[in-house]
Amino acid sequence: MRTAAGPRVTPALVGSAGVGSARVTGAPKAGPASSFPHIPGSWRSWLWLAVPLLFVAVFFAYPLAQIGAQSFQDKYGAGVGLANWQYELSSAAVQKATAATLKIAALSTLGALLLGTFIALALSFVPFRGAGLVTRLIETVVSFPSFLIPLAFSILYGRTGVVNSVLGQLAPGLPALNFVNDVPGVVLAEVAFYTPFVVRPLLAVFSQLPRELLDVAGSLGSGPLAIVRTVILPAGLPALAASAGLTFLLTMNEFGIILFTGAKNVMTLPMLIYTRSIVTFDMPSAAVIACIQVALSLGVYCLYRWTYKKLSGANHAAPR
Amino acid sequence: MLLHAKSARLATWTLLAAALLLLVAAPLLVTFMAAFAGSWNGVLPAAPTLRHVAGALAADNFSSLVVSLQTAVFASLLAVLLGTWAAVCSASAAASPGLARLADAVFHLPAAVPSVVVGLGLLTAFSKPPLLLNGTVAIVVVAQSMLVLAFAYSTVSAAARGQDPMVALAAASLGASQLRVLLTVRLPLLLPAIAAAAGLAVALCMGELGATVMVYPASWRTLPVTVFALVDRGALFDAAANTLVLLAVTVAVLAVIAKCRGNSAVR
Repeated sequence: MRTAAGPRVTPALVGSAGVGSARVTGAPKAGPASSFPHIPGSWRSWLWLAVPLLFVAVFFAYPLAQIGAQSFQDKYGAGVGLANWQYELSSAAVQKATAATLKIAALSTLGALLLGTFIALALSFVPFRGAGLVTRLIETVVSFPSFLIPLAFSILYGRTGVVNSVLGQLAPGLPALNFVNDVPGVVLAEVAFYTPFVVRPLLAVFSQLPRELLDVAGSLGSGPLAIVRTVILPAGLPALAASAGLTFLLTMNEFGIILFTGAKNVMTLPMLIYTRSIVTFDMPSAAVIACIQVALSLGVYCLYRWTYKKLSGANHAAPR
Repeated sequence: MLLHAKSARLATWTLLAAALLLLVAAPLLVTFMAAFAGSWNGVLPAAPTLRHVAGALAADNFSSLVVSLQTAVFASLLAVLLGTWAAVCSASAAASPGLARLADAVFHLPAAVPSVVVGLGLLTAFSKPPLLLNGTVAIVVVAQSMLVLAFAYSTVSAAARGQDPMVALAAASLGASQLRVLLTVRLPLLLPAIAAAAGLAVALCMGELGATVMVYPASWRTLPVTVFALVDRGALFDAAANTLVLLAVTVAVLAVIAKCRGNSAVR
């Protein structure tokens, strides 16, 4: 999520100083023999960690396990084997929702990546007075509620919104603009909300790129686009890949934005879970869909962690 | 400086301004204008009124705001406490990398699962014995703090791992007990990160919808749920006014936290 370049330097420096601290002796060989002297300490750490771990176990792992159990039971708690799964997996609604979830997430991620890369490039390499203020503004927007954007969209472009009423006065015959309640509206709102998630890590990486590199490339005759392609983007690739994974995960899990656009024909998996459980009280069905969603999300999450580790590790090992 | 031609720079800035205007400024501006609009059928809103904002601060909506604020504060406190606890443990356990890796995996995981599923899980698990939480305030607080725990943990643990271990070792070598090192050296050094985690947690909790909408009891309706109900009814201007109040209160809480953070940096 954040680039680890800053904090990661410190332990390495301390380690190379080679003072006989516990971590220096324990770190190089990770065999059972070398970790033996630290068993009392590490047992105590495990014990201390138990308190927050217990919280996650009781209020996260146990509920997920209960969803899993519920997916094999009917409404009254009697076991029905795989019947729920067979029914849901073969239902057109679930298949369509899965496809819609992936499609909206992919489109939103692509949009956020393109727009975010442009904004980060412009803020870092075509600086102007006030760029710092804009950067801070973008960082603030991340913590705003996600429904702010679909709400504004509805006011502006909704069926009875501002744009439609202005258009209606100017050209009464025109059909009303109606993209907010559909896939394009949802994708636009998600792009708007998730672009800062791409901009932030890129800005951090770009700020560490030595300006001399750009000057040298420029003096050797590369145009701006060539410099972006051959110097800047390769440096930003790990951050870009990581934020692509994160954005895809978050857009796949997105619920507030879609709920607020009130799009009846945009039924993603989170929306389907909400509808089945809260609106129609069909808990077994909701449980099965939740399991499918969790499997998808965790798959993407593991891929994201793996990519992030691989790329940042490769970057770390590269000679400076 | 990447672009030397003035025309290219101007073109880039125009594009940037357009993008930022659409992404960042427009939603805020539109919400702000709609909150004070009596009607909005032309390009600009007409008949300015304080009716919607006054409505947002009266009776039911105001109690929603108080509910949101209380939930956010308690959930954030819980998340920051547990997140800091876990982060300090996993940073001290550098000698056993397995522990640090486990902590990283476990405490980041809740953020990878959709909020709706977290809500559904709590609803499924705690609507029956041994622990009945469905219909209580606690379930809302727990849901929100579970969702922000990952952010609290990652903020604090990044700082904890960046800490110079020599400082704590020096204190220990001078005879300070582990507890004393923790309370007087390590935690004070982590205060800026803890404050940042608290700010992020409060902001996220104030706007949380996915899990809250699954678990909230009728007597404990947070402001985002109220805003959703208003949008669902088509009362967009009232929804905008309530959103504006929500943002204002969030910014105020963040300012208070930032103030604490500034003071702690001075010490």
